[in-house]
This record gives sequence, structure tokens and C-alpha cells, in this order.
Amino acid sequence: MIEPLLRTDRLVKRFGGLVATDTVSIDVRPGEIHALIGPNGAGKTTLVGQLTGNLAPDAGTIHFAGRDVTRLPTHARVRLGLARSFQITSVLREFTALENVALAVQAHAGHSFRFLADVRRDETLRAPARQGLEAVGLGARADTLASVLSHGEQRQLEIAMALAGDPKLLLLDEPMAGMGAEESQRMIGFLQALKGKRAMLLIEHDMDAVFQLADRITVLVYGRAIASGTPDEIRANAEVRQAYLGDETAEVA
Amino acid sequence: MSHRLPTVHEMAAAIILLARASRMIEWLSSPRTIVAAILVLLLAVLPLLTQAFDQRYLLSIGTRIVIWSIAAISLNMILGYGGLVSFGHAVFFGIGGYAVGILSASGLQSGWLQWPVAIAASVLWAALVGALSLRTRGVYFIMITLAFAQLVYYVSAGLEAYGADDGLNISRSRFPGLIDLRDKASFYWLCFVLLLGTLWFCSRFANSRFGFVIRGAKSNDQRMMALGFPVFRYRLAAFTLSGAFGGLAGILLANEGAYVSPAMMSWVKSGDLIVIVVLGGMGTLFGPLYGTIAFFVLEESLKPLLDLVHKGWGEYWQIVFGPMLVLIALYAKGGIDSLLGPRHEGRRHD
Repeated sequence: MIEPLLRTDRLVKRFGGLVATDTVSIDVRPGEIHALIGPNGAGKTTLVGQLTGNLAPDAGTIHFAGRDVTRLPTHARVRLGLARSFQITSVLREFTALENVALAVQAHAGHSFRFLADVRRDETLRAPARQGLEAVGLGARADTLASVLSHGEQRQLEIAMALAGDPKLLLLDEPMAGMGAEESQRMIGFLQALKGKRAMLLIEHDMDAVFQLADRITVLVYGRAIASGTPDEIRANAEVRQAYLGDETAEVA
Repeated sequence: MSHRLPTVHEMAAAIILLARASRMIEWLSSPRTIVAAILVLLLAVLPLLTQAFDQRYLLSIGTRIVIWSIAAISLNMILGYGGLVSFGHAVFFGIGGYAVGILSASGLQSGWLQWPVAIAASVLWAALVGALSLRTRGVYFIMITLAFAQLVYYVSAGLEAYGADDGLNISRSRFPGLIDLRDKASFYWLCFVLLLGTLWFCSRFANSRFGFVIRGAKSNDQRMMALGFPVFRYRLAAFTLSGAFGGLAGILLANEGAYVSPAMMSWVKSGDLIVIVVLGGMGTLFGPLYGTIAFFVLEESLKPLLDLVHKGWGEYWQIVFGPMLVLIALYAKGGIDSLLGPRHEGRRHD
């Protein structure tokens, strides 16, 4: 049994009377893609918030890379190698694509209390940033402001930013959200190519993508993980079919 | 002389050189560069001009413009580049000024002592206020910075030993053998050199690693944290840095009038500083300078103009100034700086 990279142990988060995360224990092993699915309101976003450090759980623990990170702030978790992309596209709109990725590189290049040297000529940041843009297919858009990139390009940019720090785990919050069919397929191809090199926790609505990519799937309903297993096991799981997949299983299978 | 054709490398090198030269010429001939250069040159020779035309009063206004510009640039570091609306920046006029004033009243006249103490006091206060206020957002941040500034204001107004409400006449800082601050022209040039230094620092700061973190956090602080930046720490450092330069402006203001009073740091002055930065162009290098000049020139010209229309109306110059600000806010979003053409050369907006 391989030591998991990320592990939650009976995580609980309540909002008033609502239990948004109900004793959830999941784990992500090195190199695997673990998909988290569930209907709207299942508590996926709340769970992600706790993993990134934006929300504090009411009970339970989160371990990452052999450390208890339950009380660690967001930036410290990122430093340990837990990178994320956002459900709603989140790039620095006033900066160029290259500057966005260069900042991501900078975040992992020691402290930034450097006041005088010109960052726009800093090849130690720009060269890896350029490579990162090339890798996601945005090389030609390096000097374009992020705000004028197309939606699909902004999502690609986010992936490039998340990858810049050479993270151990990628937390992808609906990377295909709002993408056209063609863009989605390209993103799936890109993630497929990344598979095995990096662990990923994939939160995604697009069932095609999930069943194509995931090694394991956990199904979240009303804050509870009702099932966890390989895509085939999840497809065959009666409770899941009833609670969530419904007619879609017929198409997928 | 050889007649061989140039190699590909030589041709490439020549093309790169030409491209660089043309970019350089483009930069030199842009209205933004020309206006900034003319203003800086004018400021550099202002004492000569005011002497030639025998307009001493103008030199005094010029000195205040230079000092206020330093304060405005320091506010711009957090407001313009960082998006942090600090509504208490004039407090650093007061802290810098009173540090000099109180030491002076205690018989400690040396600038070598007064100035570092004044800067240190500003830095400490900025670090304290920043550590508490930067945990809040939006309106709360505005109110907390204002509240802390008001606190210092009322404390200074209660200092009976130092003139309380009426303020305190002081003798100017002494730098024996180096410079006599009582000489108006020398003092002006000192302020001008310090303004140049502040501008230089700000130009480096804006494009440094630190500056990019501050600007990135203005754009999207959640994103910056998710990238792994401890945003609070960087903002606190920027706030403190801004306070240091604000304190410097306070030192100079106290020496300009040989006088300190609570009025230096009333909330109205903090508001004026925000107006100046917005008017000139937030997050631009020369914006605060343009804003200060526009502010002072309008104040000095609207007053006599209105008095001309009707005796006593000059008091209410802001009735005219206010609508002008509204117009700028509506039609020139980037302030005066944006009237000089688009920024971000070399970036595609397509």
C-alpha cells in the first residue's frame, strides 16, 4: 500500500444546521487522478475550500505530503506542493499571460522582498514561464493581457499557473467549466498527457471527462461520500446510479 | 575594404539594434515622456525662475508642491499599486512633523538625530496600523485607517506642552556645514532631490518582484494567495514603506513652515492626498506629481478668480473644484496621466 499524498480523515464542516461536509475521508495517491463527483449542492466546493485552506473544518484532519496541514494557511499549503485551479476562472486580468505564469514561478522562487531589480527582465522567472505557456499551448499569446484571452485560453492559463511551482498535487476545480466541446477535448488530452506525472484531484461535472481520466472516483451526495472506487465499480454501484448518475450511465457505459 | 555580403548573424544583430533604437526613439518622443521631462526640468530650475521674476511666494508654493508630491507618491504605492484605500495618510505628515517639532522644542536641533527618529516613528506607526487594518477589507479598511489617524490628531491637539490646537513654532533642523535649511532655495533643492529619489525608488518598486506581488494582490488577492504568496506580509511591508516616505514628507513640511500643528494631519488633508492620487492617475509613476501640481495650481488660481467675481467667494473654491473632480472621475478614469496616451507599451489589447 502506497502512502497517500493527500488524505482527509473524517472531515466535518457545518454551516448552521446544514452539514456541508459529513465525515468525509478520501485520499489521493501519488500519480493518480482521483475524481470527485456529485450533484449540485453535494458539498464539493466546501470540501475543496477546506483542502485549499480557505475554509476551516469543524472536525477532522487533512494530511498532505506526510504533514498535518489542517491549520495551515493557503499560501503555506501551496508551498508544500498543493496547487489549484479555480471553478470560476481566476487569473490576474491586468497582467499579460506571461506575467501571470512568471508570478506563479516567482511564488516558488524564495521570498519576494526584492524592491529594485526589474522583474520584466528576469529570465529566471520568464524562461520557465514561457515554457509553461508553451506546454499548455499558449506560447503565441505570451504578451497578451489575460483579460482579453478567450475563456478557454484563460482556463489553459490557469493550468499553466498551477503547474508553475512543480506541484505534487493539482486540485482542479471544474477545469472544463464553460468550455466548448472542442476545447474540452483538448483539455482532456492535456490532462491525460499529465497523468502519472502528477497526482490530481479532479472536481468535474463533465461525466465523459471523468470516466476518461479518473483512476478512482468518489461520489459525494449531501456532504457524504456514498461510494468510492474505480470507474467500473462506480458505474456498477446501485446506490450511485440511483442517487446521481441516473440515465447518464447508459450513455457512458 | 572587403566586399563580402553581411552574414545572417550580422544582419540579425543589425535588425535587433534598429528595433531597439526605434523603441528608444518612440519612448523619447511619446507625450508621456516629454511632459514628465519638461515638468522635472521646470521643477529643477524653479528657484532660478522665481528669483529672476522676483516671485518669492511662488517658490514657497513650489516647495509645498514638491513635498506633497513625495507624500502623494508614497500614498500611491499602496493606493495606486496596491488598491488599499488608506484614508489616514496625512497622519505621517503629523508624525514626521511632530517628531521634528518635539525634538526641536527639547533643544535637540540636529537633523542627523531628528530625521532618523522621525522616519523610525513613522515606520513604527505604519507597522502597527498596518498590522491591524490590513486584516480588514474595503470600507472597514478605510474607516480603521481614518480612525487611527484621528487618534493621533486628537492626541496632538491635546499636547499642551507643544501648543495643543495652536501648534508649535520650531527652528529648522540643523545640518552644520552641509546645508542651511533657512535658505529657501537650498531647502527647495533638497526637497527636489528627495522627490527625485522617491520617484526613482517608486519606478524600481513598481516593476520589482515586490511591486508585482503588491499589484497582483490588487488585481486578485485570492489568486495571489492560491499561488503561494503570503499576501498580508507583503501588504504590511508596502504599508510600512509608504509610511516611511510619508514621514519624510512630514519632516520636510515641518521645516518648510518652521511650524507644526494638528491641522497638518486633519482628515481633510488625508482626503486631499487621495484626491491628488486619483486626479493624477492611480498606479502611475508621475500621476501623483501631476495631481499635486494640478491641485495646488487650481487652489491658488481658483481662489483669486472667485474673489474677483465676488469678494469672499475665494473661500469656497472647492465648490468649483469638486465638480471638476467629478468630471475627471467620469471622463478620464486614469486621471491626468491617461490623457497622455495609453500605457502598457508592448502589450497587446486585441
